[in-house]
Amino acid sequence: MTVFLVLIVIILFAVTLWQMSKIYALSKGKSSGDAGEVANEKDNRINAKLMIMFTVFFYFLMFYCFWHYSKFYLPEASSAHGSKYDNLMFISIALIMFVQIITQFLLHFFAYKYKGEKGRRAMFYADNDKLEFIWTIIPVIVLAGLIIYGLFTWSDIMNFDEDEDALVIELYAQRFNWKARYAGEDNTLGNANVRFIEGINQVGIDPSDSDGQDDIVTQELHLPVGRQVVFKLRSQDVLHSAYMPHFRAQMNVVPGMITQFSFTPTVTTEEIRTTDYMQEKMRTIQKIRTEKSKELVAAGEPALDPYDEFDYYLLCNKICGQSHYNMQMKIIVESEEDYEAWIKSQETFKTSIAAQE
Amino acid sequence: MSAHSTALDHAHDDHHDHHDHHQTFISKYIFSTDHKMISKQYLITGLIMGIIGIAMSILFRLQLAWPEKSFTVFEIFLGKWAPEGVMDPSIYLSLVTIHGTIMVFFVLTAGLSGTFSNLLIPLQIGARDMASGFLNMVSYWLFFLSAFIMCCSLFVESGPAAAGWTIYPPLSALPNSIPAAGAGMTLWLVSMAIFIASSLLGSLNYVVTVINLRTKGMSMTRLPLTIWAFFVTAIIGIVSFPVLLSAALLLIMDRSFGTSFFLSDIYIGGEVLHNSGGSPVLFEHLFWFLGHPEVYIVLLPALGISSEVIATNSRKPIFGYRAMIASILAIAFLSTIVWGHHMFISGMNPFLGSVFTFTTLLIAIPSAVKAFNYITTLWKGNLQFNPAMLFSIGLVSTFITGGLTGIILGDSTLDINVHDTYFVVAHFHLVMGISALYGLFAGVYHWFPKMFEGKMMSKNLGYVHFWVTAIGSYAVFFPMHFIGMAGLPRRYYSNTAFPYFDDLADVNVLITIAAIVTAAAQLVFLYNFISSIFYGKKGEKNPWKSNTLEWTTEHEHIHGNWVGEIPSVYRWPYDYSKLNEDETDYVIPGQDYVPQTVPLQVNEEEMNH
Repeated sequence: MTVFLVLIVIILFAVTLWQMSKIYALSKGKSSGDAGEVANEKDNRINAKLMIMFTVFFYFLMFYCFWHYSKFYLPEASSAHGSKYDNLMFISIALIMFVQIITQFLLHFFAYKYKGEKGRRAMFYADNDKLEFIWTIIPVIVLAGLIIYGLFTWSDIMNFDEDEDALVIELYAQRFNWKARYAGEDNTLGNANVRFIEGINQVGIDPSDSDGQDDIVTQELHLPVGRQVVFKLRSQDVLHSAYMPHFRAQMNVVPGMITQFSFTPTVTTEEIRTTDYMQEKMRTIQKIRTEKSKELVAAGEPALDPYDEFDYYLLCNKICGQSHYNMQMKIIVESEEDYEAWIKSQETFKTSIAAQE
Repeated sequence: MSAHSTALDHAHDDHHDHHDHHQTFISKYIFSTDHKMISKQYLITGLIMGIIGIAMSILFRLQLAWPEKSFTVFEIFLGKWAPEGVMDPSIYLSLVTIHGTIMVFFVLTAGLSGTFSNLLIPLQIGARDMASGFLNMVSYWLFFLSAFIMCCSLFVESGPAAAGWTIYPPLSALPNSIPAAGAGMTLWLVSMAIFIASSLLGSLNYVVTVINLRTKGMSMTRLPLTIWAFFVTAIIGIVSFPVLLSAALLLIMDRSFGTSFFLSDIYIGGEVLHNSGGSPVLFEHLFWFLGHPEVYIVLLPALGISSEVIATNSRKPIFGYRAMIASILAIAFLSTIVWGHHMFISGMNPFLGSVFTFTTLLIAIPSAVKAFNYITTLWKGNLQFNPAMLFSIGLVSTFITGGLTGIILGDSTLDINVHDTYFVVAHFHLVMGISALYGLFAGVYHWFPKMFEGKMMSKNLGYVHFWVTAIGSYAVFFPMHFIGMAGLPRRYYSNTAFPYFDDLADVNVLITIAAIVTAAAQLVFLYNFISSIFYGKKGEKNPWKSNTLEWTTEHEHIHGNWVGEIPSVYRWPYDYSKLNEDETDYVIPGQDYVPQTVPLQVNEEEMNH
């Protein structure tokens, strides 16, 4: 209520000011009709100079961003299809920056060079079919190339063939955490539906389906290196998106349907930790965190957790509610042996149900 | 058809002039049916919504730069949503949602296209008013009502809508998913339904007016590019807005009447919902069937305005007039078949993704043609750097920068890893947000004298406004591409929940500071706008020495626009610096422009453009 009162007061105040200014304007009489607010030669000169300064600023900004911020780019892809993705990205960026540098230069340079002067006669130049044909056909050819390259890569990634030994994993999204369901010995996921959710059966596995008995539900995602993984994605509540930036992988998770994505991890967690890129990145982040912790401790607050080791992660990338920004899961890529050892130590659906009863 | 109606109109004029009926305050300023007054109503409402939208962006930018820090300004504006001055995650989501909604629909659709379509269509085609003044008035008041309801939703106890401006269900459909999906979401939907009605009434009116009420001699190929842009924009609006209405209605049914259009197999709040068989992907299709054309509904009017402003201030015809029209038509057509590029990874069939990649990259071609034509128009011109001209050049610059990254996002493969990251945010803010805003500013500076009876805005304040905005908006959005390439998702309340993004914090601080400076520069514009309404210097009748018809009207606004007969048109609107046949002087000696009302001169070569 008070908010509305305040609003009404503000509106009335504005109306008062408006009325007062009207009276003031009436008392002032009409100003003479000179064209003082139209750009004159001096304005043209000054703004043409500013145009050059702006161009310098803009090119400097682009250069600075590429120089200092391109280190933020994700490291080389850790998945088999990722190198194709990175290639296409590199080509596209090189191409658009080439066009950007040239067109922005022409735009701003012409603006500077042809600044208005008394006595200058603009050239009446209404059209030129040849020119227009050229700059229609060039984008057509370049884009055709990009489209074809892009579509081949796209169909490679999305229309994957399932290898014989492909590992089938269900990624299960619920607000605000992720679970992974491994298909177990039979490599077949049991049927599942939210209507089966009960007690310890948190992902709704159908208890009567024999395929589901050996399924294993975990909080971490472990992947054996070099083996194709097929993800089946399922959400129990709202839309989510499983985003695994280091693997160039993302797919929305849609309640009511099962979506899928597949990739083959190629770099283990151990390996990526030792790359120069990651070592450098970790050093930078640690430095930032120690400094921040110092400030926090000085202010009497607990220090930040240390961040010693990099781990791959899976993020939620579709707005899903309050804690959307903190919905994530750790991914560990390891050797086949380590993976086998880990999966053996996990409880199957059958044993966990039995243990409960 | 057009000649016939003009003849009728002319007969009506003579009759009209004799008894000028008295107007009350209400019929003149509030329920006005005069297109010039309605355009001012649109502009001012749009600007007020713009202030709200930009202020919201500053609030959440503060949170992003200094996560979970306490600010007094949060306590003042957010009240209970900022306990001890720390922003609550749910109000963060509401702020980004309402910021998007307000900027896209209320500022850049209604504020831009509503203002200038209303002002310029009758004035530039030579009509007394819109085809239906009454519908036009209804259209504005529906817009006002929807803006009012949207503002009311800010004060709802459970919070304004928070599911993102795309309001994907189930998040927007289930009040027990987030509290903001309750009354706040209902008001959002009601407001948008009314907004769509308003937009449709407006668009139908624009189309009918352009087709039927052109003055004698104003053939379609003599229309200024502004009118072409508004005309085609209105058509896209008519084609696509009803689809959003159906999406909103179905969502309302899912929310209130237990239907399952978009919901299936949901377990929330400890229980399974009865819904089954619906699909959120269906909603995404319906939403983006409007959502993508909407980008062009926002952008085309800005491009139309800049075409007109660049030609006038370059003292040169726009280069490739017919190619510009063809590009507008091609963009309009393609814009209705590219919506799927928002959904490459939504779970739809990958083959559809291929089709949409193809159509999306096609749209780059007419866009490139437009950009090249603008640049060529500047070449060998005699450029008059009025503020409107600067903003138009700025528009071309941001349109290129933002448009180029569209080539990355429109490629389904590349979209996989940058989808929903800050890369997208940078892309669409540059290509549609900033570009369209520049178009809006260019229009305001250029046609201010037409709106406010000859008064002109201060050029010096205009220069300050432009240069600070130009530098600031690039400083905000260019670095944003790089944090997107780092894989930073958008719509995150805080990037410090886990350490991996800690090194991006500095960039976020830089962006926020640039955003605050840029927003402050808009205060210069507001001051200039308001003070010029009252104290602006009166300029000449045709201050920019322009060819189009609106500058043949008097300063004083009268119902019917022209005192006597409506002028007839004899040429296209871009005869700037045209020379006579001997090339000794301009067609009209000593004057580098030939208004559309001037018949073919003796010593002039006729050209077909």
